[in-house]
Amino acid sequence: MHLQIADVSKSFGYGARTKEVLRQVSFAVNSGEFVALVGSSGSGKSTVLRLIAGLERPSAGSIRMDGRPLSAPGSDRGMVFQKYSLYPWLTAAQNVAFGMELQGRPRAEIRERTGYFLEVVGLADAARRLPRELSGGMQQRVAIARALAAEPQVLLLDEPFGALDIQIRESMQEFLHNLWRRTGLTALLITHDLEEALLLAGTVHILAPAPGRIVRSVTVDLDRSSLAHLRVSRPFLDLREELAQCLRGLEPALVA
Amino acid sequence: MPSLQRLLRHPWVLGILGILAVLLLWWITTASGSVNKLFLPSPQAVWQAGQRQWGSGLLLKDALASIQRVFIGFAMSAGLALPVGITMGTSPVICRLLEPLMGLIRYMPAPAFIPLLIIYFGLDELPKVLLIFIGTFFFNTLMIMDAVKFVPRELVETARTLGGRTLPILLKVVAPFIAPQVLDTYRINMASAWNLVIVAELVAATEGLGKRISLAQRFLRTDEIFMGLIVIGLIGLLIDLGFRALMRRACAWAN
Repeated sequence: MHLQIADVSKSFGYGARTKEVLRQVSFAVNSGEFVALVGSSGSGKSTVLRLIAGLERPSAGSIRMDGRPLSAPGSDRGMVFQKYSLYPWLTAAQNVAFGMELQGRPRAEIRERTGYFLEVVGLADAARRLPRELSGGMQQRVAIARALAAEPQVLLLDEPFGALDIQIRESMQEFLHNLWRRTGLTALLITHDLEEALLLAGTVHILAPAPGRIVRSVTVDLDRSSLAHLRVSRPFLDLREELAQCLRGLEPALVA
Repeated sequence: MPSLQRLLRHPWVLGILGILAVLLLWWITTASGSVNKLFLPSPQAVWQAGQRQWGSGLLLKDALASIQRVFIGFAMSAGLALPVGITMGTSPVICRLLEPLMGLIRYMPAPAFIPLLIIYFGLDELPKVLLIFIGTFFFNTLMIMDAVKFVPRELVETARTLGGRTLPILLKVVAPFIAPQVLDTYRINMASAWNLVIVAELVAATEGLGKRISLAQRFLRTDEIFMGLIVIGLIGLLIDLGFRALMRRACAWAN
């Protein structure tokens, strides 16, 4: 799988009210990669994800998967939102099964895959619980299981841990990292949290705001055998500080 | 008195106490003889009037006639409001086309349509049923439209990224999400339907609870008027409780 975002620009509104959100954004995601886009609010990072998901159309440029242009949403690109990620009237298992039912898979297969993916995210015991009976972290794991169960070629994560408290965030980062290593999924993560991006992604793109554009791309080649160690290791902290400075320099309010 | 406190905390106890208090006040007032019986009949007299009408089968016949009108008129209104409301909630074009029109008609008092309905359809069942339809359809539709507009965007978009198309999304995402609000909308507007059927019967009918009240007025039978009012209130309350029970069972996730 090769996802190619080429010179993508996006504006909302017409005439004098036009607001340029993205300017000539280009990057690629290949099978098995974990790529992150980091930017502050107003950098249009969510818009990038929505464009790839097919929920919006680019004003210019092209988005292609294996050479084929993408224009509408499809189950080849699974999405996990920050909030309202689960259907509140469905149990955890029914939520996981939801996408497969839309795809019209056979019942036995749905049941088997639902059990399997709940197991993968460590929530086999919570199968029959409603979302409101699950913690925020558990809800996001169910949402990830639901997206994976639909067999996407790439998983699009829109600040999936943005609404969780810090301790749960860290354990969810561990979870996502292990999931990526075990299942070999392809992921594109949007976050405003630089540390999160550097911990998880092999490639990190920094987005500047107003209009959103990629100003820096780094390959993160660090030892990820233990995220807890990585978080406090010297090379990691140096890289984080360097990129944090880059991000700070992009904030117009702070420069003035 | 911990047991009394526990009793008072039961959700129904205070409500029942309130009703009993009014009944008691009513009984004391009439028993003291300070008010003319013609204006305020005693609770016993009202009860006897009820027993008389029940014994003659009149009460059941009237109640069934009114209930039938309400149910036919409201079923038409609810059944049509659901697709129209969902369409308006999902399509901005259709919403812009219909919302001002409906907003306008909604503020025309439904009883003001009675003269027209009588001219068009005479004095049969149809004008009464239509009155209930006119009086509730626009409220039902606009309230369902609002419920649809409040479906979180993420829920719909998640379904789209899972491969969902328009119709499955309407059936499997929008419909279950708005179900509690739709039931609540029906419950609220059912009260108007119940009001309107009585109004229609006061104007022109041969049977029905409203008709019985207007006949009682002609013969100064205030006991029968009171009886009619109480029966109307009780049936309305039962319908309300029915909707609440349905909502608790069908939409447990929303409680």
